[in-house]
Amino acid sequence: MNRKLLSLPFIFWSAMFVIVPLCMVFYYGLTDKSGAFTFDNILAIATVEHSKALWEALKLSVISTVICLLLAYPLAMILCNMNVNQNSFLVLIFILPMWMNFLLRTLAWQTLLEKTGVINSILSALHLPSLNIINTPYAIVLGMVYNFLPFMVLPLYNVLVKIDKNVINAAYDLGANGAQTFFRIIFPLSLPGMFSGITMVFVPALTTFVISKILGGSKILLIGNVIEQEFTQTGNWNLGSGLSIVLMLFIIFNMVISVITDKEGEANTL
Amino acid sequence: MIKTTAQKIYLGLIFIFLYAPIITLIVLSFNASKTRAKWGGFTTKWYAALFRNEQIMQALWNTLTLAILSALIATLIGTIACIAMQSMKRTSRAVLMGITNIPMLNAEIVTGISLMLLFLSFGIKFGFGTILLAHITFNIPYVILSVMPRMKQLNPSTYEAALDLGSSHTYAFFKVVFPDILPGILSGFLMAFTMSLDDFIITHFTKGPGVDTLSTKIYTEVKKGIKPEMYALSTIIFVTVLILLLLVNYTPKGKKKK
Amino acid sequence: MKKFIALLLCGIFTATALTGCGSSSSAGENGEVIVYNWGEYIDPETLTMFEEETGIKVVYDEFETNEIMYPKVEAGSSAYDVVCPSDYMVQKMIENDLIQELDYDKIPNAKENIGAQYYEQAAAYDPGNKYCVPYCWGTVGIIYNKTMVDTPPTKWADLWDEKYADNILMMDSIKDSFMVALKKNGFSSNSLDESELQIATNDLIAQKPLVQAYVVDQVRDKMIGGEAAIGVMFSGDAIYVIGENPDLDYVIPEEGTNVWIDGWVIPKNAPNKENAEKFIDFMCRPDVALKNFEYITYGTPNTAARELIEDEDLKNSPIAFPDLTQYNNLETFLYLGEDGEELFNKYWKEVMSN
Repeated sequence: MNRKLLSLPFIFWSAMFVIVPLCMVFYYGLTDKSGAFTFDNILAIATVEHSKALWEALKLSVISTVICLLLAYPLAMILCNMNVNQNSFLVLIFILPMWMNFLLRTLAWQTLLEKTGVINSILSALHLPSLNIINTPYAIVLGMVYNFLPFMVLPLYNVLVKIDKNVINAAYDLGANGAQTFFRIIFPLSLPGMFSGITMVFVPALTTFVISKILGGSKILLIGNVIEQEFTQTGNWNLGSGLSIVLMLFIIFNMVISVITDKEGEANTL
Repeated sequence: MIKTTAQKIYLGLIFIFLYAPIITLIVLSFNASKTRAKWGGFTTKWYAALFRNEQIMQALWNTLTLAILSALIATLIGTIACIAMQSMKRTSRAVLMGITNIPMLNAEIVTGISLMLLFLSFGIKFGFGTILLAHITFNIPYVILSVMPRMKQLNPSTYEAALDLGSSHTYAFFKVVFPDILPGILSGFLMAFTMSLDDFIITHFTKGPGVDTLSTKIYTEVKKGIKPEMYALSTIIFVTVLILLLLVNYTPKGKKKK
Repeated sequence: MKKFIALLLCGIFTATALTGCGSSSSAGENGEVIVYNWGEYIDPETLTMFEEETGIKVVYDEFETNEIMYPKVEAGSSAYDVVCPSDYMVQKMIENDLIQELDYDKIPNAKENIGAQYYEQAAAYDPGNKYCVPYCWGTVGIIYNKTMVDTPPTKWADLWDEKYADNILMMDSIKDSFMVALKKNGFSSNSLDESELQIATNDLIAQKPLVQAYVVDQVRDKMIGGEAAIGVMFSGDAIYVIGENPDLDYVIPEEGTNVWIDGWVIPKNAPNKENAEKFIDFMCRPDVALKNFEYITYGTPNTAARELIEDEDLKNSPIAFPDLTQYNNLETFLYLGEDGEELFNKYWKEVMSN
């Protein structure tokens, strides 16, 4: 029996439900309503409204990704140094919030952040100035960081925990200080996990529309909102598909970078 | 000492951040007022109402069966694909890994819409089946990405040694390879299950009449205000899983260490 | 990890087994009817009543916007028997030949119980009332918190008042937001005049810094919680929020507003046309319409049902049942064609991205 044959179900499945649907998006994106070929739907990204929405989405998702990284790195390191027996427990603790529905969690943040919300009630009881970030970009970033942080923690944790402790000890034995050990040993070894974490946070953050609606009060138009609106409010599938193709280019770009930095292309460890 | 205290404070802050909304939801499930904007006193009536609400129960049933089925099928397809890929040349393996990455890297809304377009153009009737197909599709990558690293850590010699000692391919696989990649398979399954449970956007675009999952139910409920029963249900799910976690974690360590 | 997953699976299987018990669904003895309605837009009890009385199984599905519903019905891959679109969408479906003419002899309750005035209004988008039986109707107006405003608002222009900065809630909906801005300037809400739309767009952009958030459903919780002083709201929601927070009040602005109607239609490809007629007829029965009115609080065009309302305040509520003759410039949304919709969409994006 040839073991390669075992990949047939996967190949069939991917062709059927990944490749063909993608072709359909390209078909819609490259035609107009009458079915004639056109580049208009893709070039539509150049209009002021669309490019601004794309820019805002890029800005907010980059900021969120950076914050996630800064929060998750020390966190993953702390988790690694903890009692080994509790490993899976700690990891599951990060997955656990995902078992509460995404929409409910985001709505809960609204309850927390509102002008008359929980946080402000506590602050005013303590005679502290109130926190006014609901319906601003800050709240959107907070929502993104909150929802996607586990996607950064898990891959980072997985690479960090695999680093051979002997390598680190060897570095110390050879006279390296803490900073040197970190920057010359731990950090380079953690790059694959970092890149997969960055991708897994950046992509959903770039394309989200729910968070900006619920926490941003729809005051800032992100590219995800534009696409969603084309499909659900105006029913212009061609334009929606065209803009999706543009988004895909960014995602492919991101993918290429991670392939270059990680030649095996298999660092995505969960 | 200072370092570990600092570490604990940091962990604590992150946990507050992660669990503040969860606690909010739990508190809301005991709120007598129907709106989340007002505290109307303590009640447990939503818990009673929950079990009488057939629609929510049906949605829960759909959600769980979908999550189990899609995670199981995805785990099966993904795992055997990993086994196959292990014996492939580097280029073909790279191509397959690239394909694996597409649903992961694609915006959920694009995946959802592209699947909807597919089902529409092939005239497939929207319903439980279409959601299941969609969920399996986006679950497979999570399985592959968690099994593959384990696969690569395998020592091929042990498998060959088993063959040399006269065991069949299947027997050698289940006795030698399988136990080693099992942790990867399990975490892939868990991840797939979680993603399926939490998915809203893709389900939203691929569902058909009369089939609701908890996510889509909540989304339509937003229109008239989230029913407090939903908060109650989330609380039950959360507490159940938490208890399971604690149970597993505090069982005698000797057995677990393996 | 292994143990956790094992335990977890046990738990889930038990849960599915438990929830699964009650859900063994079988087709009714008299077939089924597939209904596609707005989310939370019916009292679920009425569906059970219908199933028990007729032996027809109801397959029920919900949508969030007209635009999500439309392609699903158009594609026909999930054939529906009864759909409940809004006014302009009914018109679009008529124009694109997606729905069939009704046989009023088969739905006697619709003929008898729905008030003539509502049929007249519906004729704006459904000439001759051939296709659509009104199910719910209402107005769009201003909801305000009496403790947070000095003088009650009376007109749309009050939503541009700087003293309410960061206390205004607008609708995250193209048609409704433009209706507000167009009416404020005395234009028709179905205007396709580019200069009028440009004025409305500029007004909405100028208003944006004052607006706290653009919301659809969140407006209820936010108004109840006192998050904002003043906002745009549908009349049915207004009844609900005033019940929750007596500080709130609702007014139909003097510049006029949108009167909307959602109604039952039968798609051309309906597989169970007869059951669809029975369903619509059932929904028009006074006791059933009353149940639905009490559940969803949107005005019912069913005059026989209104007579049955026991609460006199609700029966004569100026919010649920405003006397439309007292207001000027009331309009119903019309389908403006693809080009028209595109125009609105383009200007709305300009507002949102500014």
